[in-house]
Amino acid sequence: MFGWEFPPFYSGGLGTACYGLTRSLNKQHVAVSFVLPRRLNVDADFVKFVFGDEELSPSTRYVVNSLIQPYSTSESYENSLHYEKGTPNPNPAYGNNLFEEVERYGAIGEKIAHMETFDIIHAHDWLTFKAALAAKKVSGKYLVVHMHATEFDRTGGSNVNQYVYDIERKGMEAADKVIAVSNYTKQKIVDHYGIPAEKVEVVHNSVDFEDYVVEQIHDLKKTNKIVLFLGRLTLQKGPDYFVYTAQKVLEHYPKVMFVVVGSGDMERMIIRKVAELGIADKFIFAGFLRGKDVAKAYQMADLYVLPSVSEPFGITPLESLMNGTPVLMSNQSGVSEVVTHCLKSDFWDTDDMANKIVSVLKYDALQRCLKENGRREVQKMSWDTPAARVIDIYEDLLNGQH
Amino acid sequence: MVSICFYFQVHQPFRIRKYSIFDIGNRSDYFSDQSQTSLNNVHVLNKVAQKCYLPANAVLLELLNTYPEFKISFSFSGVLLEQLEKYAPEVLASFQALVNTGRVEILDETYYHSLSFLYSKGEFREQVLQHRAIIQRLFGQTPKVFRNTELIYSNAVAQEIEALGYKGIIAEGADFILGWRSPNFLYRPAQAKKLKVLLKNYRLSDDIAFRFSERSWKEWPLTAPKYAQWVHAVNGNGNVINLFMDYETFGEHQWSETGIFDFLRHLPGEILKNPDNNFKTPSEVIDSYEPLGEFNAPNYISWADVERDLSAWLGNDMQHAAINRVYALGHKVLQTKNAALIDAWRKLQTSDHFYYMCTKWFSDGDVHKYFNPYNSPYDAFISFMNVLHDLEMRADTLSRENEHEIIPYNPLKENIYKSGDVFRDEVTS
Repeated sequence: MFGWEFPPFYSGGLGTACYGLTRSLNKQHVAVSFVLPRRLNVDADFVKFVFGDEELSPSTRYVVNSLIQPYSTSESYENSLHYEKGTPNPNPAYGNNLFEEVERYGAIGEKIAHMETFDIIHAHDWLTFKAALAAKKVSGKYLVVHMHATEFDRTGGSNVNQYVYDIERKGMEAADKVIAVSNYTKQKIVDHYGIPAEKVEVVHNSVDFEDYVVEQIHDLKKTNKIVLFLGRLTLQKGPDYFVYTAQKVLEHYPKVMFVVVGSGDMERMIIRKVAELGIADKFIFAGFLRGKDVAKAYQMADLYVLPSVSEPFGITPLESLMNGTPVLMSNQSGVSEVVTHCLKSDFWDTDDMANKIVSVLKYDALQRCLKENGRREVQKMSWDTPAARVIDIYEDLLNGQH
Repeated sequence: MVSICFYFQVHQPFRIRKYSIFDIGNRSDYFSDQSQTSLNNVHVLNKVAQKCYLPANAVLLELLNTYPEFKISFSFSGVLLEQLEKYAPEVLASFQALVNTGRVEILDETYYHSLSFLYSKGEFREQVLQHRAIIQRLFGQTPKVFRNTELIYSNAVAQEIEALGYKGIIAEGADFILGWRSPNFLYRPAQAKKLKVLLKNYRLSDDIAFRFSERSWKEWPLTAPKYAQWVHAVNGNGNVINLFMDYETFGEHQWSETGIFDFLRHLPGEILKNPDNNFKTPSEVIDSYEPLGEFNAPNYISWADVERDLSAWLGNDMQHAAINRVYALGHKVLQTKNAALIDAWRKLQTSDHFYYMCTKWFSDGDVHKYFNPYNSPYDAFISFMNVLHDLEMRADTLSRENEHEIIPYNPLKENIYKSGDVFRDEVTS
């Protein structure tokens, strides 16, 4: 299995999804060698890790910056490298270093294919496709590519990067099966990449309950209701819609604080917008959080809002429900296909979102029902079901039924 | 000898529109959704009329004309009749044509198809009275038998109904009360003197209402001769088979394509082939047979779901919060004496609003999901609570205007509905 990130080193849902999937695959007796582009201090007893940089001969071994994030856009990538924008970038949507990293990773696929024994190659997102294609070429084994997001989701449909698109398309064309994280994503794959629908299987993400521990509620809650945004501050996640909605909520319900957790290329723009609208005193920007702090953020919130413009799956609502916090999500997120006990709006309908947020803050019974039923619903979920679906796909391939 | 007693429930609520916080204080047209969705009451009424009421009435009229022995009974909610008068007079006329045959009995219920008995006896009586008035006006009958909303029943309901002068009441033939006993007899409600209770035979009723088109059911397809055999098998083991169901079973729940209308068309003929069978209305059943034993329901029962309890309407926090708020506003709303406001408040008491907030979708929930015009029980709750907020603001405004003449509300003394005078004397004496 070719991945890009793995907890605790990850910036988004991809790492979490790989963690849950591989653990349940192992439970269901599938041995996974998980390839990462370079050594990370990861520790999990249910997969065998293979680090790309260590498999290379000493002469070609290299050290890369540790800033690579799969969802980075140019601005955030460059900001994190240089803090200020440098010279004009020929690839406006991505930093050059990201592409170099992808190419380097691609070059080791062949080597790894020779070293490891396996029946199926499973690659997660475009970053790994070059490596996976190389592995397929030398081994002749079946290739499953797993689409957690498409370039259209990451860019909101405008400024689609041709380089990324080409890799995605080539990977999916060469694959024997494509796994999409939602019907929503499958539709994108069929429409925008011309992949035949029968080649694309939908396997929804999930969440394992024991990953989350419910803890004490924060003090802030005593005097205010808390509405949480948690996610990368990028176009895809709709943080701007969150701000416009907050403004409308405050007109009807002033005793509320809006907590923003996450960072991204829209961070400055969002902070500026909040100030412009005169509601800066109602916002807390908590920055990027990890692990237990994320759980705490969920637990102190009265409502988690995910106004994604385009969300292939979106695992955070499941995490939120696990932590006992009700969710308002956009209809444009794949996760809305698997959760019924939550509130749903169109991301552009800030009136409807404000209506729902105020209602949760105002009517305790609504919050209680969403919380109890939502938690019960996600508790029934587990990565075992999607893992079994993936195994079915493997078996169909191995039995020649594709 | 075994009698078949048909009772069909006919009801449509005034569903409330999508009503957001931005509407509070700005609009009070709660029930006037104009969309093409199932929140549009006129739209739904017309759809149900075309699929069910008109074709089913045509079949029943044909049957009543063909078989002089054929008899049926209906219970119409007041809110349904109000909508028929306003939006579908031809449908109302077709119901009146059935009643004019003289072999259709009409039962009483609460005008607003409400759960008021659980919250306010005074309010309950007002609504029963209002229902009696509209039945008298539209059908020229004064009902003698009562059925409470969703067959919600207890010993206390029966006592109240006896005090209101009815001779019979309808209830679910719940196994956990009957035990080994059969629903095919009349029973005496515990603590009642004369009142008799007719119990729904839920197996035979649900064979039509729920299982008719169920292909995985071993009896599928259900034909009139087969069903008539089942009915005949009761001979010697009961006096009456009470077949109680939603009228929308015919054409709406069971689509025309399933053959439900053909089944209905052939059933009376098949049943009457055996001279031991006949048809009776609830009043005739009560006059014909004596109770076999006591029916003791210390707790509420209903005809809903597998639980036969109140959990479909009062099963979660939202439902309790919403209905408690409605009745908490009663005093304030009634004091305004504003007919439009009081009517809107009462329309919010209709049980369907609380049913739409039901969240037990994962046990036997498909029924709830199917009948829910809102996207989710949460959306239903939000619109409902926002409407209540607006209603309360209107009540506050009106009472400020009336400040100089505050008269405390007493449901037994207030003369909101003129026709209630005689009735009220009955209950207070």
